Amino acid sequence: MDMTMSGQTSGSGQASGSGQTPGSGQASGSRGGVQVRSNSKINEPRIAIRKLDFFYGDNRALKQIDLDLPEQQVTGMIGPSGCGKSTLLRVLNRMYDLYPNQRAEGEVMMDATNLISAEVDVNALRARIGMVFQRPTPFPMTVYDNIAFGVKLHEKLSRSAMDERVEWSLTRAALWGEVKDRLQTSAMGLSGGQQQRLCIARTIAVHPEVILFDEPTSALDPISTLKVEELIDELKHDYTIVIVTHNMQQAARCADQVAFFYLGEMVEVAPAVQLFTAPKERRTQEYITGRFG
Amino acid sequence: MSASTATGIPHAGRDERAAQALGRRRKRINLLVKTLCVTATLIGLALLASILVTLAWNGLGGLSLNVFISNTKPPGSNGGLLNAIVGTLIQTGIGTLVGTPIGLMVGTYLAEYGQGSPISNVVRFVSDVLLSAPSILIGLFIYQLLVEPMGGFSGIAGSLALAVIVIPIVVRTTEDMLRLIPATLREAAIGLGAPKWKMITLICYRAALDGIVTGVLLAVARIAGETAPLLFTSLGNLNWSVSMTKPMASLPVTIYQYAGSAFDDWVQLAWTAALLITVGVLAINITARFALRRRT
Repeated sequence: MDMTMSGQTSGSGQASGSGQTPGSGQASGSRGGVQVRSNSKINEPRIAIRKLDFFYGDNRALKQIDLDLPEQQVTGMIGPSGCGKSTLLRVLNRMYDLYPNQRAEGEVMMDATNLISAEVDVNALRARIGMVFQRPTPFPMTVYDNIAFGVKLHEKLSRSAMDERVEWSLTRAALWGEVKDRLQTSAMGLSGGQQQRLCIARTIAVHPEVILFDEPTSALDPISTLKVEELIDELKHDYTIVIVTHNMQQAARCADQVAFFYLGEMVEVAPAVQLFTAPKERRTQEYITGRFG
Repeated sequence: MSASTATGIPHAGRDERAAQALGRRRKRINLLVKTLCVTATLIGLALLASILVTLAWNGLGGLSLNVFISNTKPPGSNGGLLNAIVGTLIQTGIGTLVGTPIGLMVGTYLAEYGQGSPISNVVRFVSDVLLSAPSILIGLFIYQLLVEPMGGFSGIAGSLALAVIVIPIVVRTTEDMLRLIPATLREAAIGLGAPKWKMITLICYRAALDGIVTGVLLAVARIAGETAPLLFTSLGNLNWSVSMTKPMASLPVTIYQYAGSAFDDWVQLAWTAALLITVGVLAINITARFALRRRT
């Protein structure tokens, strides 16, 4: 990571505003410095994580995590490989339930419910908290059916309502124009970037409240990455977003709030501008300046 | 190897002659290995071609409409193979229809539900043993189980013996194919809120369809030519019969009975029957492959 964080508060001067303009994510052009969003106001939490521990068998992968995920904002999670950031993401939608020797302890509160308690209906929970993965994972079916699959799990729609939903979600995911003539062809024939936007469309089609992105652009080329980042910027007006990334520029570009993880602990969380320009912890400072990790 | 890299830097001051010798040596080994591979392939292909050519040569001669419209008859009375063809279709069909769902479910259990559990290890082991069991033992097993209690040979016993052969083949291919599906695809389905059974039936089966169908076709090909398990179960029948509770004719058993006989017309029919089985299995395979390719 070649980042020079030379007190780049100036970056905060060029107010990216609401981030609605399509080009607002184009910090990739600025060499030498990192453009950080100016807004340091953090909204009310949508999800509040308290004293969360996570275990892979006997191995404790997360230690006493306390973190608020602000509503309709983007929380970026950064840290070296194996630090627990993806693990935390997989706690939020209970993905770890699939694997018998994994368990979580503590509180993940959303609407006065502890998401990790046994009574929670995980299938309904996963409709509320959607997830986009590192590699595009289109299902082996048509573009249309990829979207309809998730919707049909939770709703019974008429043919025309389903058509509308498919168009709506593909439009939201900035993919409609590219695929509207090939809805009935296999999704496996799309490019990697298109597949990833299809996965995002598929996720928002079930009307989630929170979207989790697990390194969503690490398998994509720079142009597709830009499109996905713009999309995230756009989506946060309606959804609470959490994004795990290895790319600090990306965290700086996309996130309102950034949390730094190291060896299963959450070292620091702060508004993006603050974490990247004036981190409180020495470990954060060392990581973002590329001294380890 | 002999190239001098004393400096520790590759290629620095290397010995040109040694390098050329090494290059020649590699080319010689390459040529040798290539020759061995090509020879082995040619031997395999030659054997296969010889079987197919012999089969076509001898089988085509006896092919006539009569083969498909008359039943097996005593020697010299211009018999056909109708009852044997129909018997094979029925028994292979029922064997596949009974064996495939069971094999599919067991394979699904092994791949999706029973990972690492002691039961699944036992099931997998038993299934693998069954896969390599001599098929005559399966015939004897069904003989004990069905033929004895029912008081006679029957089409149902033959079909079930074939089903027992189908099961372990389908178990193995289903499990292998489901395991090839990346975990991310499963998680993507689960992540949308799909319950596990929907993930398996709507996503995993679809992703593994080609492989699973190939497994079923392998099983069909295998049982269509099985003789031993039928000898003790459906026995064979010289007359027309589609009753599942009576002995039933089949192509392999007819081949077995006719090929060793002293009558020229029976031997000819045996060749034709062998050709029919081969062409039938080949046709199923090719059709399925084309259908699957068009789909994806």
